Amino acid sequence: MPVVTVGPATVHVDAEGFLTQYDEWNEPLARQLAARIGIELTDEHWKAISFLRADYPAHGETATLRRVSTLAGIPIKQLFVLFPGKPAKKMAYIAGLPKPRGCV
Amino acid sequence: MKRLVILGAGTAGTMVANKLRRRLPMDEWQLTVVDRDDIHLYQPGLLFIPFGTYRPDEVRKPRRRFLRDGIRLELGEIDRIDPVRQTVALDGGRVIGYDYLVVATGTSPRPDQTPGMLGPEWRKSIFDFYSYEGSVALAGALRDFRGGRLVVHIVDQPIKCPVAPLEFTFLAESYFRQRGMRDQVELVYATPLSGAFTKPIASAQLGGMLDERKITVEPDFLVERIDSERKVLVSYDERELGFDLLVTVPLNMGADFIARSGLGDELNYVPVDKQTFRSKEHPAIFAIGDANDIPTSKAGSVAHFSTEIFVDNFCDLVEGRPMTRAFDGHANCFVESGDGKALLIDFNYDTEPLPGEFPIAKLGPLSLLRENARNHWGKLAFRWIYWHLLLPGRRLPLPARMSMAGKHQPDKEN
Ligand SMILES: Cc1cc2nc3c(=O)[nH]c(=O)nc-3n(C[C@H](O)[C@H](O)[C@H](O)COP(=O)(O)OP(=O)(O)OC[C@H]3O[C@@H](n4cnc5c(N)ncnc54)[C@H](O)[C@@H]3O)c2cc1C
Repeated sequence: MPVVTVGPATVHVDAEGFLTQYDEWNEPLARQLAARIGIELTDEHWKAISFLRADYPAHGETATLRRVSTLAGIPIKQLFVLFPGKPAKKMAYIAGLPKPRGCV
Repeated sequence: MKRLVILGAGTAGTMVANKLRRRLPMDEWQLTVVDRDDIHLYQPGLLFIPFGTYRPDEVRKPRRRFLRDGIRLELGEIDRIDPVRQTVALDGGRVIGYDYLVVATGTSPRPDQTPGMLGPEWRKSIFDFYSYEGSVALAGALRDFRGGRLVVHIVDQPIKCPVAPLEFTFLAESYFRQRGMRDQVELVYATPLSGAFTKPIASAQLGGMLDERKITVEPDFLVERIDSERKVLVSYDERELGFDLLVTVPLNMGADFIARSGLGDELNYVPVDKQTFRSKEHPAIFAIGDANDIPTSKAGSVAHFSTEIFVDNFCDLVEGRPMTRAFDGHANCFVESGDGKALLIDFNYDTEPLPGEFPIAKLGPLSLLRENARNHWGKLAFRWIYWHLLLPGRRLPLPARMSMAGKHQPDKEN
């Protein structure tokens, strides 16, 4: 697993840059990761990111858009506004979770 | 008497009932299966009806015929499970108590979940082939199609038989070519995924096959609504995709009673342990087949392999022994590719579909991730196997565990 530095932190990532260790994540790191993909985190972004962080250990998988939308109450449309282009991937990247599996 | 209740007499429910009826003593166990009707649908056949390969009456048979003596079949719409009282309520007030419950109510297409899908164009220019009625209606629409843009579309993952929309696309391409009208038809494959399939090696192979056939892929397309007046699909990121004929796979969801009973996730699937199918919340409840949330394909083959693991574990459990078998996510799917050929893919939780031979290294006779006619005959033979061997719960010479024998790991680039 490659190791990269993001701001002051040194973290483990996969080939596409997704964090591989749940515990290496923290909020300042999330801000840095977001900035790398051109996103400045607002309260609304944080609502989604916090949900993903809390859901992952219980669920064992990165939440899908539909799961975030249903359980965190953020419409899918809004997720596309907050994380333009590929919201599921971008949310996972910022939340320091594995890339969503896309289902088999 | 101990009571085992199985909800759903589809692929998984029927197999579990038949296998357990042989394994559990008749004088100690009462087995009840519940389904809404007495028509068992061979769902893989729905792919072929639009092209006239199967007649509609070849895919439906009475459920009762496939259930062994000593299994009670209750017909009725399931309304709710009460996991505390351990009862199941059916519409109309019937209540059935259980000691153990197996949820096998599958997943179904839900066109009502996409705004505009059930509008005036439903079954006029918008069709699905995941339901019996849709598949039969689509046969007429394909026959009458005079050309234009045909969009094959998936609302969202997961869907059962995730390769079926690809197969439909390949078969449609071949169908129009054979009718001498391929150049009048523009074929588009619109998917919420970033490519043809989820796993990289299979995705590259299948994507290449779409390319060769001049089928355009519209990737990362997550539909928000359908404007049926203008005949366009509108995505959440505001792309528009026009169609003359739309063949869509609506959102797939588990049964609504699962949500009403407080047992489901956001798509009404029952969260279970992925190796034993036991509910994470209620130890007397198991969910197998498409109804659970395990991270592998929703497919008849998975239902079959799961059943073998489940039945052995269940017999251990009720005799007070620990459950020792663990499911590895094994799935095995034929992929029809048109012109009388098909591919085969075989994979599990950890291993993606790889090229090679199946089930025996070098000999095959089937080949993995490569088109040939033998695979196609394998797929057609499967209908007979399904009715005569699989549903009755006979053992097939296919191991529940995936095997690496015959598989080739292509050299990893970069
Ligand atoms: C077009 C198509 C092609 C496919 N091709 C393949 C293939 O080639 N290979 C493969 O392996 N798989 C294939 N599949 C998938 C396969 O059919 C399913 O994965 C399999 O049937 C799942 O079995 P199950 O028992 O979980 O669900 P089902 O077989 O769907 O059974 C669920 C049962 O529950 C009943 N039920 C649901 N809700 C209620 C309720 N509220 N009250 C009463 N009864 C209820 C239903 O009536 C149904 O009988 C295909 C599916 C489709 C749609």
